[in-house]
Amino acid sequence: MRLYTVVVYLFLYAPIAIIALFSFNAGRHASQLQGFSTQWYARALKNPFVMDALETSLIVAFVSATLASVLGTLAAVGLQGIRGPARTVFDAIIYVAVMIPGIVIGIATLIALVTVFEVLNPWLAALWPEGAQPPRLSMGIGSLIAAHTMFTMALVIIIVRARLGTLEQALAEASADLYATPLGTFRQVTLPLIAPAILAGFLLSFTFSFDDFIIAFFVAGSETTLPIYVFSSIRRGVTPEINAIGTMVMVASLVLLIVAQLILRRGPRR
Amino acid sequence: MTRQERNWLLVAPAGAWFLVMLVLPLSVVLVFSFGERGPAGGYVPAFTLEQYANLPARLTAFKNTLILAPLGTLAALLIAYPLAYQLAVRTDPKWKTILLVLVIVPFWTSILIRSYAWIFILGGRGLPALLEAIGIEGVRLIYTPLAVTIGIVYGYLPLMVFPIYVALDRLDKRLLEASSDLGARPFRTFLQVTLPLSIPGVATGCLLVFILLMGEFLIPALLGGGKVFFVGNALVDLFLQSRNWAFGSAVAFTLIVIMLVTVTIYMRLIARLRLGRDDAQIM
Repeated sequence: MRLYTVVVYLFLYAPIAIIALFSFNAGRHASQLQGFSTQWYARALKNPFVMDALETSLIVAFVSATLASVLGTLAAVGLQGIRGPARTVFDAIIYVAVMIPGIVIGIATLIALVTVFEVLNPWLAALWPEGAQPPRLSMGIGSLIAAHTMFTMALVIIIVRARLGTLEQALAEASADLYATPLGTFRQVTLPLIAPAILAGFLLSFTFSFDDFIIAFFVAGSETTLPIYVFSSIRRGVTPEINAIGTMVMVASLVLLIVAQLILRRGPRR
Repeated sequence: MTRQERNWLLVAPAGAWFLVMLVLPLSVVLVFSFGERGPAGGYVPAFTLEQYANLPARLTAFKNTLILAPLGTLAALLIAYPLAYQLAVRTDPKWKTILLVLVIVPFWTSILIRSYAWIFILGGRGLPALLEAIGIEGVRLIYTPLAVTIGIVYGYLPLMVFPIYVALDRLDKRLLEASSDLGARPFRTFLQVTLPLSIPGVATGCLLVFILLMGEFLIPALLGGGKVFFVGNALVDLFLQSRNWAFGSAVAFTLIVIMLVTVTIYMRLIARLRLGRDDAQIM
């Protein structure tokens, strides 16, 4: 049994270790180690395509995770007081959002937005003042943020609602009895209690958005995110540069995960 | 402002977002699936069942998905269960959390990069070269169903281990003692006590992995090399290469229907299984 556990951990970590090992390979060839070097890290960090893709990924992940956390939390709080058919419909939508495969969300968003833009663009051009260049709606960073926000907002609602469900109703009632306004109760009682859940939702959303390939592949238009860059590089052949990028991304996610754990652990004690 | 109005105001932005970015796109897919392909790709309005009649053209993709998704889920389950059991039941509580976190960590890193590692390992200069060195020649691993299955198990193992671990960890250990006090051998205790009580965890793990696998694109794209492809790969081809939106929409909608049907049947079965167990307990 013990041996079995060791073998499974080896299975989980050997591929990661191999990538990290070869990222320090001095040679170009992926098959044999030819001495230690950090040149691939230097190359990756100096490659403008990599840095552009990284910047796009970080912006999209940050903006969509922020929007998802704020709007998702508001919705989770509002949903508590809503019953009846409207609630059933909303719950069904959240269920659909997390269950539909990312690839279907990607293509559906692509064809819907392209179709809507085709209708709107002539209108915009007609309404725009003579002489000025009318804006053209097209797929890009905006559609990417909108699509990621949709999916991650569903995650935030699920996480925050689970936390809200464990809170004692009595606390909010006590606060109201002490003449706190609803907003005051929310800010001083509810919000501090659900803050760890919101943070967990934010981090999950950020990671999802940063790692997502399939939705971005369809809706990013001419923009390139880091996963899209990595995917197209892999298609062109294995290079040590990808190993270096992969190792950096893994280390960064790990640090983020540890930081999140530390914050979450401190949260409930207050 | 009344309480009800305030609640609606809070829900409104999220509701509008879901409407525009989820309900509208999915409706477009449904409408387009009854349409026709334009001369230069894209979509021409129509009402025809032609696209659905044409589905057999992508039969291989559906067949591969419907064989490899359940098979991959089963393989992940068979590997995950003993590990979850070892961690939850047999491990010193001091080490439990850290060992569990070590299983989850890979899941937090990009599946793209983790799958890519296997191109390396299974490719001509990886394991096959190693096997050749010890005298086993002509082994081909990459771009086979086996490679895709390995990729699936590797990618989704953490997702399978976690719910099973939670179910086994919650299990009251006194039940195991009681069973052994009553003279049951360890294996019988496992079959009659541990295994039935861990069914909810197993059910959740399988459901999560299966749902994600039905829409999988990356693992077959990287490790199947165009030879082993899923519905997801067919969809990428239809929308980004041949730009056949109408047919692609029909394929996508069929995939959703197949998923909904299998998941519903699956949940019914699980519910019945649990019901059966409750009866047994009452007796």
